[in-house]
Order: sequence, then structure tokens, then C-alpha cells
Amino acid sequence: MTRTLTALSARRRHPMAVVVLIALALLLVGGLYAALSPREARATTATASADDIQTGKELFLANCSTCHGLDAQGGPVVDGKNPGPSLIGVGAASVDFQVGTGRMPLAQSGAQAPEVDKIRFSQEQIDQMAAYIASLAPGPAVPTEEQLDTSGVSDEEVARGAAIFRTNCAMCHNSQGKGGALTAGKYAPDLTGTSAKHIYEAMQTGPQSMPVFNDNNISPDDKTAIIAWLTDRGGEDTRPDPGGLTLGSLGPVSEGLVAWIAGIGALIGVSVWLGMKSS
Amino acid sequence: MSDIERADEAHGQPGSALAKPGGGVPDRFENPGLPPHRHRMGDTDPQAAKRAERQVAFFLLLSILGSIGIIVSIIAIKYDGSFERVSWSTKAIGLSMFLSLFALGVGAVHWAKTLMPDDERIDMRHRQRGTAAERAAAVAILKEGAGEAGLGRRPLIRNTLVGALALFPIPAVFFFRDTGPLPGNDLSTTMWEDGIHLVKDPEGGRIRAADVTLGSVVHVLPEGIEDVEHPLNEKAKSAVLIMRLEQDLLSEKQNEWGVDGTVAYSKICTHMGCPVALYEQQTHHLLCPCHQSTFDLTQDCKVIFGPAKRPLPQLPIAVDDEGYLVATSGFHEAVGPSFWERG
Repeated sequence: MTRTLTALSARRRHPMAVVVLIALALLLVGGLYAALSPREARATTATASADDIQTGKELFLANCSTCHGLDAQGGPVVDGKNPGPSLIGVGAASVDFQVGTGRMPLAQSGAQAPEVDKIRFSQEQIDQMAAYIASLAPGPAVPTEEQLDTSGVSDEEVARGAAIFRTNCAMCHNSQGKGGALTAGKYAPDLTGTSAKHIYEAMQTGPQSMPVFNDNNISPDDKTAIIAWLTDRGGEDTRPDPGGLTLGSLGPVSEGLVAWIAGIGALIGVSVWLGMKSS
Repeated sequence: MSDIERADEAHGQPGSALAKPGGGVPDRFENPGLPPHRHRMGDTDPQAAKRAERQVAFFLLLSILGSIGIIVSIIAIKYDGSFERVSWSTKAIGLSMFLSLFALGVGAVHWAKTLMPDDERIDMRHRQRGTAAERAAAVAILKEGAGEAGLGRRPLIRNTLVGALALFPIPAVFFFRDTGPLPGNDLSTTMWEDGIHLVKDPEGGRIRAADVTLGSVVHVLPEGIEDVEHPLNEKAKSAVLIMRLEQDLLSEKQNEWGVDGTVAYSKICTHMGCPVALYEQQTHHLLCPCHQSTFDLTQDCKVIFGPAKRPLPQLPIAVDDEGYLVATSGFHEAVGPSFWERG
């Protein structure tokens, strides 16, 4: 032991010592990160068993049937308003989106169901409810891992996805996907941080005010390309910002605010200085 | 220096001491005079003047650095097509331009404010009306000129002169007309006509009627738009939205011009021509993002909110033998915002 330490100590001034030390440190940090970082949650795509459908039905009856009806046929119309639409034929994708983003169960009625951070169901429970709804009538299924994998999307496809986004999505969700206002308190939400799965499902099912973009309108490959552009292809920057200061990418609202307050403020400051007498 | 004089002694005196007999100061105003003159630091303290001089030089030096910076950033930052370089290049050139101009201005103003003479000068108002003799002389000159020209005696020349001057500008109308082609009926017509297929924007490809599911919206262009002379001009008029909703929500005319609840409407707002593309599939409202004009699809795109005055025009569509959506005629009215000759 002593001999080893002495040997190490003797070599500590060796030119390669720094390189070796850095390599060791990198290995240590990387290893720790790999061991300790949280694993990405993976959606279970196992085919639904009869048990799942039964459990899903029980969950549905306990949590959703008040508004959507005991057989998911839609709630009773009261005062000309339908508290909950029929869920027959909306498909598993719709359930996974609405419950998975916390929009359902709806806490209170309003202009539209807001996204909620706290999801009240586990992914397993959501899958069971989705299986039950999917068993009622065919509808859009939850997208596969392959459809959500953006790593193989080429630059050309990302550009194509961006072009499709600009025509089909940008007028509501803003050219950078930052969201925007609709009528009567409704709004298109900010897409930053929305998971690939939920973006895909929203296109397929058209939740709330959003229209449906089925696979014949925007093909599955193009949907993946849009997601690749929106989510920066899983980390890398596919939406470079040459200006350097996006001001939230909100367009004239924040830009105008800065121009009026900072720009005109600076002009006023200079004018005051111009008119001031020197001390 | 007869009317303008240095105000050195005038400071701190009541204005009436300055009022001159020939000056234009009316009696009813009391001239407040000038406030006491306050000397600047640089006027009394040579040290301060030296400091101000150095400050001015500092700003001028900054401006020199900025100007050199412009040249350096143009030469040093080469475009290689990457956004990063574009970003650095514009920022470097812009900031050094700012420094070059702004520091120059600040230096000049600071110089004027701290070191240049700051004593006020008094300039008395002058009577603007001429004397009676001057006015009479001017009238006499005019009368003499008119008499010598003899226009009153020679009506032939007078009348032909009027005619010549009146006709002279008229040819300009033709020159202005030649500055550009007139729009003709371009504003009233679009590419759409019987037999033109609907294709998806931007991907292209015909649209099967059966593929448009309930709640769907598809952004549509006329087939062959890429091959016309000015595709963007055509796109600005011919962009169309198709939406499918429950047939019983639609009027008889809408159903007749649509296919199984799929209806096609112009995407060009009748207010200012923005694309009305925000479709709320639950309320069946189309919202224009520019000025919030809202059109109700279930009422034949009637305006229910906002500054637009006319409903969006509907495009009659049908299904061809192979199941694709196809226009059965052009728009029955001009699309987009109002214009002069619009009927």
C-alpha cells in the first residue's frame, strides 16, 4: 500500500497526470449521473387485457361518469348545455391526452379546461381508462414509441415539419409555439415543455377548441416531423434564434412593450439630458 | 449687433428695463426678464474646464473606436451560413455603429454644454407689417406690371394662356398610368373554377372527401398554383379552409355547396385580408388573428364580432369520380377586403 502511494506520488508531476486525472473525474461524474439521474417514464403499450378494461370502467364510473354519463354516452343536457360530451369513439389517445395533462377530471367549468401540473392518476390507471374508452368504439390510439421517436428525423423533414406547423398550427399556437388567445377567454396553450406524446395526441383528437388533424390531413411522419421541430429533436437546437433576445417570442406584445418603455424611455432620458444646463 | 446684444448686464434686472421704444413688447405683458446668470464650473474653475475637455475627448475617442469596430467586425466576422455568425455579425456591426454615432453626438453636446460660450443673447421682435409708404409702393408696382402686360386689352392671349396652362398637366395622367399595370379584374377573380382540385397547403396532394373527418380543418390551395406566373399573388387570394361539421348545423345553401358537411370558405379576411385561420371546432367560429373579426360557420360565416363587414365567401365543392374534392365553380363574389370597384 505504502509502495503504491509512493509510486503514485512520484508520478504526480508526470505530464500525463493531468490528463489521467481529468479522465477519471469525467468518468466519475458521468457514471454518477447515469446511475442517479431519473429514468424517463415509458408508456406501457401492452395490449389491454379484459382486466384492464374492467378496472378502467370502474375508474371511469368513479371519476368521469358524473359528467360523461354512465355509459360514456355524454351527460344529460341541462339548460341547453352539455356538461360532458360523449366519449364513444374518441379513442384511447383522447383519454391519455385529457387525463395525462391534468385537463380531466375537470375541476370547474370555465372557458376551457386548463392544463394542470398535478396528475391525479398513475399512467397505469390512465391506460386502463383509455382501454375502456377504446373498447366502446374504435378511435385514435395512443401513438407508438416509434411515432414519437424524433432522433431519426432528418434536417429536411424538420424543415417540412416547421412549414406544416406554420400553415396549420402557428395562427393559434404562435409561430414559435408559445400559444395565443382565442375568443371569449379560450386560448391555445404554450407548447413549450409539452411532451411529444401529448402533442401527437392533440393533433389526432382535436381537444376542446382545437380542430382534428387526422393522419390523412397530416401524415404520421409529418406529425413526427412537427414534433421534432417543436421539441428541438430531443435536445438539440432546431430553432436557432439569431436575434439573441426572444422576449418570450410573443411578437408585437412584448416587443412593443420593450420598445415603448425602454426605447422611448431612453429617448426621453437623452432629451432631458440635452435640455439640461451643465452644472 | 444692432438688434442682438449680449445679455451680460441684463441678467437679474426687471424686463421693463430692457423694453425698447421700437420693440414689439405689448404694454399689458410684464416682461419677466432673465433669471440671474449662473456660471458653470468650467467658466470659473480651469481645473473643471480641463476635466470637461478630457470628457469630450473621451467620448470622441469612443466614437473613433466604434468606427474602427465597424470595419473590424465587417472584416473579421465572415458569413459561413450559420445563424451564429449572422447573429454575431449583426450584433457587432450594430453595436459599433451605435458607439460610433452616439459617442460622437454625446461628445459634441457635452462640449457645447460645458465649454462653449453660454451667455444668452437678446433679439428684439420686429414689426412685421411694412410701413404705409412701402405697402403703397408694392401695390403700385403690381398695378403697373398688370397694366403693361395688357391682359385686359388682349383677351385672345389671356384665353389661350388659360387653355395652355389648363391642358399642360393632363398628359401626366398617362405617364402615371404607365407606371404600372392596372389590376384589371384581378381583385375580383381567383384561380378557382369548375374542375380545379383542392390540394393541401403546404404539402400538396388532393384531398379525399372521406378523409376529412368531423372537427377537421384542412388548409387548401387550388391545384397547379405552383405553376402560375405569380404563385404568391394567387395564394393571397385563393387560400381556402375546409372544415367538416354536423350537416344539420349547416344551412341548405351551405350543404348544397359542400360535401357531407365539409364546406370550403375563403381564408382571406374581408376586413384587411389576413388569413382567418383560427378555427374553434366546438363553437364553429373562425377568428381572424389580426383584428379579432369572428365569423360563425353555422351562419354562413356571418360576422359576429370585429371590424369585418362582409361574410367570408363560400367556395362550392363536390366530389369527383375518384372521391377527391373538387371545386364546381369559382367564388361567386370577390374574396378579401373591400376595394373601390367592388360591386
